Amino acid sequence: MRPEIMTEVEALRGVNSVKIKEASEKGKKVVGMYCVFSPQEIALAADAISVTLCGTTQAPIEEAEKELPRNLCPLIKSSYGFAITDKCPYFYFSDVLLAETTCDGKKKMYELMSKIKPMHIMNLPQTANDEDSLESWKKEMVYFKEFLEKQFGVEITDKKLKDAIKLMNRERRAMKRLHQLNAHKPAPLTGMDMMLAQWLKGFNVDKEAGIELIEKLIKELEERMEKGIYAFDEKAPRILLTGCPIGSGSEKVLRILEESGANVVALENCTGYKGLDVLVDEEKDPITALAEKYLSTPCSCMTNNNGRLDLIERLAKEYEVDGIVDLTWQACHTYNIESFTVKNFTKNVLNLPFLQVETDYSDSDLGQIKVRVEAFLEGIK
Amino acid sequence: MYSIGVDVGSVAAKAVVFDGEKIVAREIIPTGWSPKESGEKLFEIVKSMAEIEKHQIKSIVGTGYGRVALSFIDRKITEITCHGKGAHFLDPSIRTVIDIGGQDSKAIKLDDKGNIIDFLMNDKCAAGTGRFLQVMAHALEIDISQLSQIGEGATPETISSMCTVFAESEVISLMASGASKEGIAAGLLQSVCSKTYTLVSKVGIQDKVFFSGGVSKNSLLKEFLSKKLGVEVFSSELSQYLGAIGAAVIGYGV
Repeated sequence: MRPEIMTEVEALRGVNSVKIKEASEKGKKVVGMYCVFSPQEIALAADAISVTLCGTTQAPIEEAEKELPRNLCPLIKSSYGFAITDKCPYFYFSDVLLAETTCDGKKKMYELMSKIKPMHIMNLPQTANDEDSLESWKKEMVYFKEFLEKQFGVEITDKKLKDAIKLMNRERRAMKRLHQLNAHKPAPLTGMDMMLAQWLKGFNVDKEAGIELIEKLIKELEERMEKGIYAFDEKAPRILLTGCPIGSGSEKVLRILEESGANVVALENCTGYKGLDVLVDEEKDPITALAEKYLSTPCSCMTNNNGRLDLIERLAKEYEVDGIVDLTWQACHTYNIESFTVKNFTKNVLNLPFLQVETDYSDSDLGQIKVRVEAFLEGIK
Repeated sequence: MYSIGVDVGSVAAKAVVFDGEKIVAREIIPTGWSPKESGEKLFEIVKSMAEIEKHQIKSIVGTGYGRVALSFIDRKITEITCHGKGAHFLDPSIRTVIDIGGQDSKAIKLDDKGNIIDFLMNDKCAAGTGRFLQVMAHALEIDISQLSQIGEGATPETISSMCTVFAESEVISLMASGASKEGIAAGLLQSVCSKTYTLVSKVGIQDKVFFSGGVSKNSLLKEFLSKKLGVEVFSSELSQYLGAIGAAVIGYGV
């Protein structure tokens, strides 16, 4: 049986779409963001609401393909489709958008999207390994701060930044604790529910309420663990899912894995654990602390991205996984190329079975993916 | 006691009866429109061929894309695992299986016990599969079984399109420009060979290489593959039964 609090968690998207409307009508500003590199703290310090706008459903892709190439990552097409069709309440109520120069596809799509709403683009360095990159990323933090100050007519003080940092760290700690519950063997929460809980935090208009709900979920899960109630039995193969981000509507590979009897215990992707691993230093100068934290994100748009291998290794050990699945969205060149490195690392260093699945948001290849996933799991048993 | 393996593919359904040591009966029929009906029919056929009763059957294992439609089976296992076990049963020295069937192609790497180390499948498009060759044979107005014989010894025409639909129009233009049927047939097999080569190279080629699935009956393609891979590619009269054999072997618990 599913934890009771999950019903409340699942309702968050609907609840928040009402809350964001009410807040916006009362004059509260909304900053729409697209990435785990986006410093939400700066938006919160401007007394604005930050929401995640990354498209995770197939529906708006058809419209997007009228302007974007078909052979483009579904996340980019979905995000753009939502923007031009205005079917997402969170996009609708966003006063400004924040974008980053992550991958080429997103960067060029943002040029088109910036015609729809005021957009600030942060120039993300392509490597996290040198001082110049950090210095330049620090400046980008300041530019974004100045952009919001001007747009919203507010002053973002260090005190406000520090408060926002503390709040976001609290959210990260709660989400991290939730994720770490699944390190237990067997895991208390399905990967599907973990994905939902992690992904839905991006819609939280009221951060405090969101943290409180996750703490309630943790409490319920801990009580269930004491009673010996788990999501899967001990024999279920434990899988670490890495690669491109997933959300409600783009969860098909995760769903197929769990329907085929696996338990996805760790989500290494940026909608899962990736952004939670490192907290923002609360002692340092806030701009430096934010720049350091966000630049350390082990995303495939960075060269090199050895931090991802380190994170995979840590999670694989801590969560005692039996195999690693790497999800690549079609035309996501950076994750697709990096998959070869992850495969070699998984097989040769971690000595674990590895499966890459390259797909899009459509259901057209469900049967094919199912065969691959089942064969992969048969090999683990 | 006996076990039965039933492999319902997109084009053909195959079944074998296994007595723990050898295959005692086998049959192949077209899958047709209903994988459920053809699977059931085939099961009855091999049962009577082997002259066995229900109580003599210890296990029935289903595989292939139609396995989910079969209600009489005890277990279902993916064709990838079954091909691995089937190959190991036929020849324990096999380390690489190339399986090209009606709607997909696979490269499977095995260890010395027939366990799968790695595998790759074609993505959702038909390039490099039996369906591709069937569509092209139709365009050439020949039967798919004639492709090998017709292409033998001809200089292959270049077929550059990977997409089945575009490749078909390419074949039609080639014919219009006066290219020979022989050259086109050889070119088509070269195109499947090159697609397969990429797939197999990604999992890593290791001797001995075995070719299974309906397309393995094409001897010219087997020859092209041997040349391209640089190792001899083997097949046998049981090639098309590999999945069913693996299913039966797993079912017997050998």
